Amino acid sequence: MPSTSPSLHIPEPKHRPGASHDFSDMRPPPAGLLDRPAIDISAGQAEPLARGLVRVLNEQGEAVGSWDPKLDPDRLRGGLKSMLTTRAYDDRMMRAQRQGKTSFYMKCTGEEAVAVGAALALRPDDMLFPTYRQQGLLITRGWPLVDMMCQVLSNSRDRMKGRQLPVFYSSKEAGFFSISGNLGTQFSQAVGWAMAAAYKKDSRIAAAWIGEGATAEGDFHHALTFAAVYNAPVILNVVNNQWAISSFQGIAGGEKATFASRGIGFGIPSIRVDGNDLLAVHAVTAWAAERARAGLGPTLIEHFTYRQAAHSTSDDPTRYRPADEPEHWPLGDPVDRLRGHLTVSGHWSEAQHEAFITETSEEVRAALREAESYGTLTDGPSVSPATMFDDVFKEMPWHLRRQRQELGY
Amino acid sequence: MPTDILMPALSPTMEQGKLAKWLKKEGDTIKSGDILAEIETDKATMEVEAVDEGVLAKILVPDGTDDVAVNTPIGVIAAEGEDVSAATAAKPASNGSAGEPPKGDTPAPAAAQAEPGQAPKVPAQPKAPSAVAAPPQPETVVDPEVPEGTEMVTQTVREALRDAMAEEMRRDRDVFVMGEEVAEYQGAYKVTQGLLQEFGPKRVIDTPITEHGFAGLGVGAALAGLKPIVEFMTWNFAMQAIDQIINSAAKTLYMSGGQMGAPIVFRGPNGAAARVAAQHSHDYAAWYSNVPGLKVVMPYTAADAKGLLKAAIRDPNPIIFLENEILYGQSMPVPKLDDFVLPIGKARIHRPGKDVTIVSFGIGMTYALKAAEELAKEGIEAEVIDLRTIRPMDVATVVKSVQKTNRCVAVEEGFPQSGVTAEIGMRIMEEAFDYLDAPVARVTGKDVPMPYAANLEKLALPNVAEVIAAAKAVCYRS
Repeated sequence: MPSTSPSLHIPEPKHRPGASHDFSDMRPPPAGLLDRPAIDISAGQAEPLARGLVRVLNEQGEAVGSWDPKLDPDRLRGGLKSMLTTRAYDDRMMRAQRQGKTSFYMKCTGEEAVAVGAALALRPDDMLFPTYRQQGLLITRGWPLVDMMCQVLSNSRDRMKGRQLPVFYSSKEAGFFSISGNLGTQFSQAVGWAMAAAYKKDSRIAAAWIGEGATAEGDFHHALTFAAVYNAPVILNVVNNQWAISSFQGIAGGEKATFASRGIGFGIPSIRVDGNDLLAVHAVTAWAAERARAGLGPTLIEHFTYRQAAHSTSDDPTRYRPADEPEHWPLGDPVDRLRGHLTVSGHWSEAQHEAFITETSEEVRAALREAESYGTLTDGPSVSPATMFDDVFKEMPWHLRRQRQELGY
Repeated sequence: MPTDILMPALSPTMEQGKLAKWLKKEGDTIKSGDILAEIETDKATMEVEAVDEGVLAKILVPDGTDDVAVNTPIGVIAAEGEDVSAATAAKPASNGSAGEPPKGDTPAPAAAQAEPGQAPKVPAQPKAPSAVAAPPQPETVVDPEVPEGTEMVTQTVREALRDAMAEEMRRDRDVFVMGEEVAEYQGAYKVTQGLLQEFGPKRVIDTPITEHGFAGLGVGAALAGLKPIVEFMTWNFAMQAIDQIINSAAKTLYMSGGQMGAPIVFRGPNGAAARVAAQHSHDYAAWYSNVPGLKVVMPYTAADAKGLLKAAIRDPNPIIFLENEILYGQSMPVPKLDDFVLPIGKARIHRPGKDVTIVSFGIGMTYALKAAEELAKEGIEAEVIDLRTIRPMDVATVVKSVQKTNRCVAVEEGFPQSGVTAEIGMRIMEEAFDYLDAPVARVTGKDVPMPYAANLEKLALPNVAEVIAAAKAVCYRS
């Protein structure tokens, strides 16, 4: 019976700890169902893409439909390698945190395809405005693991000079904007960067990422407004990994509409993609990049995925979601799915995969050994206190020089 | 040589946890990287990983022990082939390692002795020093508002804040709390522990991630007659909500000609914790202190946290309530009274003295009090005043003290320019200039965004030595 008085709805996930996972109401559409449209479609024409789910890999591991980016086997193996490296890096750094070598870490396990697929589809000099869960972008761009580790360990080779939280990387050289702890700020900044690039007739485009939880922030809405109004060459990615710490995606409004569909109202062609399907992520990113470079403006992409790991090393997800949820995510694991595809298409074997894992794990181990030789959070050389007053301004004003001298440096 | 396995810290602010389960037993061979045990804190479960190789010679803290202090030895690893009994006997030899709590004869407080599953309400002995900031000595000064002979219970600041909210929510159905992670997760820093269970999801509300959004909602609900408590995960994230706080919450009563105002409490951790860097460490006391229409409370003790939060919830004005992550875990006495409410806008003489006045508030008090202790050893009796409320500021109490001591040092963690200590200095000049025997001195944070690295962070914050030096300088002592 319909309610006869106003009432509050408090969103609740289907199950909490103690219960078993339940994805019975999630019926992923088959791969290949939606067609790849021309790049100059209107927001209205993109509506089925925003409410549906673009998928390329089917249950058998075959690439089907017009979204298949038809990547050659070497490129696919490169993608697999980047995802495996990201996973091994995460595992290793998580353990380093447990051993007290750093104070904090954040994994992206289960979401590797979101960053790796995008980095493969973009040009190496396109500008990236990530969140703290897109370490796969740096890894795919070939940025040295040792450099990333030095930042996490806060040692003498930390390029951020001991100033920033672990995993809050930034690298101008890699086109990787500084990560912000205040959520969502990078979204409008990416639009501003893209508008500046268009103004300067620069062929580079910008790409930004935001979690589904942070779409509630004003920055998300500001970014969409400006991107649409000024036709900014930008790709706006929402990573819907289902969980913002303990808040399920319904708290951010995911019960009523897809996150991709929010873009339609702003007049931005928007697509919802299977975020655990590297080929699909690659395909929609390449489509969006083509649009941006052709002067057709922004695209909003929702990556539908699942945060297998804890939010951070300070979080324990078994306190708020069924413990068996991660392993039953209906869209599977991105590494397994790409591996399956390579195997089915005859470009991969069990032995090759094992060798790959051993090799990756060795690379990560060796990198950590080297990084640790430059110090860790609790051991070995660290940044000189003499540097503490540098970079507050471009030039050091007198009052900072005096404060430094008072400290004896 | 046998090696102690120490209780690890999950985060720089963790002080204790539960040893949930040993995954290895005595006599097992251990390889580097093996998972030895599982630890639970109020936030998460973590694994204790072996760094050293050898044999697990002895388990010192059994399964299921609550409140094991960080760095307490929980087991001993002996070298391969080393006699296990010899290893245990050799254990006291590891005494005296730098930076570790006492071992050997002194059992880890509350670790070996606490009954499993039951946290002692009043610890029988002081806590072991933690790896981070050592907790201050229990307060000895009893608040004047507390009747003589009142029973004191030991509580953490976190528990005191939670109790204040729970009591006010029981008392008044219009009071509710909202913010990110306040319900299901029990608060990012567990300050709202148990509130969802007692008051349900319509009064303890997990919000979407938008401080600007839910601050505005809070103002709207307050205008509609409810009494919202808005929790910010940190005041750093409230920067985007500052338009709602200042342009709406603080000014609506005035702008509407007194017709409608916003009885609302904005609260959450403010200032530096440990290893959380520039975007999580800013102290906003001076910012809000500048705004007409706002009252700004920044308690130091657990008792003040409770009494002032209750007062803030009842106050018909918008209140900025600035807490501190490091103080959350510190235990202090709280008077056991049915309805303990303290006045907003009143400072407290925390430690009486006659030679120099040290004024501070919030976590700044930890530097002030330690400095006063050290100064006493050198014959300087400092009077330490805890402002408790920044706005309205209880200048009268400060002036009265300065009239007696003729000297003043003001201490805050915030930045120097336009800081709260700058205001204190000016007010003393206006109202007690003729009593001063030396210019007012201040000790503040350095003028840099907070760095992450521990050594830099330490330098960026004020310290006890600086407070001592400033006090001696105004006393013309070297």
